[in-house]
Amino acid sequence: TDTTPITIETSLPFTAHLCDPPSRSVESSSQELLDFFRTMALMRRMEIAADSLYKAKLIRGFCHLYDGQEAVAIGMEAAITKKDAIITAYRDHCIFLGRGGSLHEVFSELMGRQAGCSKGKGGSMHFYKKESSFYGGHGIVGAQVPLGCGIAFAQKYNKEEAVTFAMYGDGAANQGQLFEALNISALWDLPAILVCENNHYGMGTAEWRAAKSPSYYKRGDYVPGLKVDGMDAFAVKQACKFAKDHALEKGPIILEMDTYRYHGHSMSDPGSTYRTRDEISGVRQERDPIERIKKLVLSHDLATEKELKDMEKEIRKEVDDAIAKAKDCPMPEPSELFTNVYVKGFGTESFGPDRKEVKAALP
Amino acid sequence: HELLLFEALQEGLEEEMDRDANVCVMGEDVGHYGGSYKVTKGLADKFGDLRVLDTPICENAFTGMGIGAAMTGLRPVIEGMNMGFLLLAFNQISNNCGMLHYTSGGQFTIPVVIRGPGGVGRQLGAEHSQRLESYFQSIPGIQMVACSTPYNAKGLMKAAIRSENPVILFEHVLLYNLKEKIPDEEYICNLEEAEMVRPGEHITILTYSRMRYHVMQAAKTLVNKGYDPEVIDIRSLKPFDLHTIGNSVKKTHRVLIVEECMRTGGIGASLTAAINENFHDYLDAPVVCLSSQDVPTPYAGTLEEWTVVQPAQIVTAVEQLCQ
Repeated sequence: TDTTPITIETSLPFTAHLCDPPSRSVESSSQELLDFFRTMALMRRMEIAADSLYKAKLIRGFCHLYDGQEAVAIGMEAAITKKDAIITAYRDHCIFLGRGGSLHEVFSELMGRQAGCSKGKGGSMHFYKKESSFYGGHGIVGAQVPLGCGIAFAQKYNKEEAVTFAMYGDGAANQGQLFEALNISALWDLPAILVCENNHYGMGTAEWRAAKSPSYYKRGDYVPGLKVDGMDAFAVKQACKFAKDHALEKGPIILEMDTYRYHGHSMSDPGSTYRTRDEISGVRQERDPIERIKKLVLSHDLATEKELKDMEKEIRKEVDDAIAKAKDCPMPEPSELFTNVYVKGFGTESFGPDRKEVKAALP
Repeated sequence: HELLLFEALQEGLEEEMDRDANVCVMGEDVGHYGGSYKVTKGLADKFGDLRVLDTPICENAFTGMGIGAAMTGLRPVIEGMNMGFLLLAFNQISNNCGMLHYTSGGQFTIPVVIRGPGGVGRQLGAEHSQRLESYFQSIPGIQMVACSTPYNAKGLMKAAIRSENPVILFEHVLLYNLKEKIPDEEYICNLEEAEMVRPGEHITILTYSRMRYHVMQAAKTLVNKGYDPEVIDIRSLKPFDLHTIGNSVKKTHRVLIVEECMRTGGIGASLTAAINENFHDYLDAPVVCLSSQDVPTPYAGTLEEWTVVQPAQIVTAVEQLCQ
């Protein structure tokens, strides 16, 4: 692996609120550039495949795709460790992958199979990976942010020197509980980083129609914030590194990631009634996060067009194989309907009418 | 030693905080103020501000934060200053507290205790006199217990804290000053077990929380009239201890439920259904359920009294059932 240092300039300067913005020069390496390209291409391919599986009715229910927003997941992971926690909303497939989740677990969960990361009980919106501090995967808009601040509280309580990234969209940014949790986090100096993934539409409602001030990085008032080009993985990386240092030392901070989703809000939304096709294709042409990395790889002579094409072919096969393997997995056993409702009762053998004896013991 | 009920709760809480550094307390005025019903009195001095957390008035966020902290392994005890305020946190209690263990396929457990005062009785008006057990009972994954004596208050508090499941512990505003002698040595109660208050032969009276005392008042009259009622404090509101309840039904063949919960969709309604489903063959008469009236709790003392079941009504119901 080639770890020759490369310095990359972010696409745009950061805009800061109540703090000094970090430098636009980001330290990287040829290996990291190639890794970024590969992982983002894998995420993109995975989401496109999920789209097809949905249309083939192998995935049902809700399914929210992340294509367009990959730079956020990638840049964030590049700046932090698996001891740092992440919690997000329902657009969670790629965050899960970034935390070390496997394609097999993703597709198994999406198709409701036993081998899914949540045993087929969670579905698209409920991916988790406890061992690498990924706390989900949540379906109620904004309700994951108090949880994230609670995780940050636990990190402070246990003196862990780790931080929590609580992610939400521009739609969720108008939820009252965000401001409540932010107030407590600021009062208690919690290592909480609120990451607003601003893809500019809360379902079909444009940000300016839902927020009197769509400057989400400033909406913490007394909490510092940073506006970041969320289509530039290196800007995201720099911002997350900056935010982690800030949070450990001074408490919460808001990162607004200016990003874009190519798909509609969910599979029932064609994504074209509230925005123009020109807008979508314009972003694809000018700001696509993968194209940006690709150009950097080529301009630094780290790979040829052909090598990148081959890599994409490999990725396609990897995704297809994972889907085939997931399709072969059984659906959950009927008995799984009742597992994981309760952890086994404290001091008792079982619940309800079948119980033969009652025990209360001090462990 | 002899303790008031709120002191028993405090003692249980303090013992568990001594025993396990992961136990912390959070809520409005639980710290420096000492808790609005003094359940957390003295804890802030002893354990410090990091373990006894005074929160701003924002139930939705601090309940969510307690649940998030619990996902990592902490064991927060979250106080609703009044149970009614927890309606602001209903989403967190239902969708996160109750369901996360399941939606994560068992990866995460949520060992929180949510507790606070509720019930009718101090002319506190509609919002502050609620019986939220009826609202919470259909949340999957939640356990619910109601304490009624200093002994079981302490034992249930300790058991709830040690449970790996989220537990809602219901306290009653009128019971905090009950006095009782409790053991000096450590003990806990079983979260899922009903309590036999008075064994008897003629009828099973199922009750919980404050109504236990109305039932016992009625029982005195009933005994004088020649009846021998069996009184069970069901304690576990979810799941029901159908083992104890079932054995009693098999013995007496008659059931009266006395609750302070709302008539519509209340605990009594669920209990009636559970008994009919499981023990129908043993019943000699239909289950009778006395509940509160379906009205917002009025302020005026007389109206408030008519809202909840009174001992005389219990006596009449038993006489009719045993005819």
